[in-house]
Amino acid sequence: MQPRWWGPASIWLVYGVGFIPAIWYFWLGASGQLPGNAVKIFEHLLGVWALRFLLATLAVTPLRDLAGINLLRFRRALGLLAFWYVLMHFATYMLLDQQLNLPEIGKDIAKRPFITIGMACLVFLLPLALTSNNWAIRRLGPRWRSLHKLAYLIVLGGALHYTMAVKVVTAEPFLYFTLAILLVAYRPLRSPILNWKKDRRLKTASTTSRQ
Amino acid sequence: MRISTSIPSSEITPEKFYFNRRAFLAGSLGAAASLLPLSAAASSLDYKPGPYGTDEAWSTFADITTYNNFYEFGTGKADPSNNSANFKPTPWTISVDGLVSKPTTFDLDDLMALELEERVYRMRCVEAWSMVIPWIGFPLSRILDKVEPLGSAKYVAFETVVRPEEIPGQRGRLFQTLDWPYVEGLRLDEACHPLTILATGLYGRTLLNQNGAPVRLVVPWKYGFKGIKSIVRITLVENQPETTWRNMAPQEYGFFANVNPAVDHPRWSQATEIRIGEGGFFGAARRETLPFNGYGDEVASLYDGMDLRSFY
Ligand code: HEM
Repeated sequence: MQPRWWGPASIWLVYGVGFIPAIWYFWLGASGQLPGNAVKIFEHLLGVWALRFLLATLAVTPLRDLAGINLLRFRRALGLLAFWYVLMHFATYMLLDQQLNLPEIGKDIAKRPFITIGMACLVFLLPLALTSNNWAIRRLGPRWRSLHKLAYLIVLGGALHYTMAVKVVTAEPFLYFTLAILLVAYRPLRSPILNWKKDRRLKTASTTSRQ
Repeated sequence: MRISTSIPSSEITPEKFYFNRRAFLAGSLGAAASLLPLSAAASSLDYKPGPYGTDEAWSTFADITTYNNFYEFGTGKADPSNNSANFKPTPWTISVDGLVSKPTTFDLDDLMALELEERVYRMRCVEAWSMVIPWIGFPLSRILDKVEPLGSAKYVAFETVVRPEEIPGQRGRLFQTLDWPYVEGLRLDEACHPLTILATGLYGRTLLNQNGAPVRLVVPWKYGFKGIKSIVRITLVENQPETTWRNMAPQEYGFFANVNPAVDHPRWSQATEIRIGEGGFFGAARRETLPFNGYGDEVASLYDGMDLRSFY
């Protein structure tokens, strides 16, 4: 039996651990220990971790359904970590990469499809982050669930943005893109799968009871 | 842009630290860099200072040898230095053939005998970063003269070695990044321009594998991907040859690929560049990119009357 404090503490632990890659690489960059193009490395890293946290957030439900692993209490933390990483990725792009050259940034967002898509993902993430608290869940009721379905669009957009940003699609962006598609494709399959599992459980239960 | 042809190369940069192992490691991520075969860098070359100097500071040896695009060895910038140890650049031959009266196969000794000179050039990558590299090499025209191109020869096609046993990126796996061999090309007048060199070394030593050992093309007014590495074949042809990146994405990479701040890559602006090793994390100053990478006085006339927006 876990002590009562472990529940909330473990969630804070996820936040703490989740920010380590950003802090560590920021430190490496700021102290001149990232070789070559430090800003690009940092920007890339934040983007990849944003995508990882998005995928992890959407993996919570299938993991519970299919593998019986319940990480539901960490889902909000994972989603918010994804949001913070996208925001840091965006801030790095604006401040360190483009050095607040606003005309250039505006042109990038308007003209370059992969950046337009990334920006759309950030905009969609904002309402999700703002409503990731108990008060908003209570206030919004059933609308909360509909709103948070935006996460599917965001993970697909994020993965697409990644494959479009690279010069050639290597194993890593391909893998992330595939995972994003699988995790989103699982959603419409979910209730048939759960029904089938329930039927099977009932059937086994009834055959056992007849014996 | 000042292009001073008069500064002797010895005055350009205090090169005091470039083979200092500590300074070398400081610029790179420890473990990976420490595996670099420094000994392979050791054979020094005989050369004299060449024209077209620049008073800009040289990029460090560490940056030049650990921040590379050489997809045969992987797509990451450190991959070529980490994955190229098994590649054997000697012995080597380059065959020069096609529309020439004297097709010839040159070996490395033939090339090294061609009076090597040092050329300190800016290198502008299509990815909007740049370096300053002290190449050792000779004008490509020297070997073209030897093979005597025919009047029908209009272009020069180049080809990189294919050796999947030694080159991990060429082993047929699921993700072949590009079609091998890597091929590049120049118009004959571009190939004969005195700025265009075949390099066999940098920083006074023979090329390391990650830089395209044993011999590579350097065309300083064009984006870096034109500088084909580890060349085994040069063919004079009549029609514009295929080139690897253009085959891959023709709307993004053209045949000419002249450095041009006015023509964006579809996914990023080419107006500015980051000089690798300069500045740092905060306010790594972006430099203005210069037309023809600052070599306009020498080469702009090659393109008189051409619309460089459509011939990018
Ligand atoms: C869900 C949101 C986002 C995700 C998951 C994401 C993820 C990524 C990833 C993984 C990369 C790495 C590509 C590489 O290897 O070079 C990347 C690159 C990039 N992202 Fe994002 N991104 C997001 C939003 C944004 C936003 C809002 C912007 C700015 C408006 C942006 C601008 C960029 C740029 C400019 C690059 C290219 C960096 C380079 O030149 O290498 N991204 N992004």
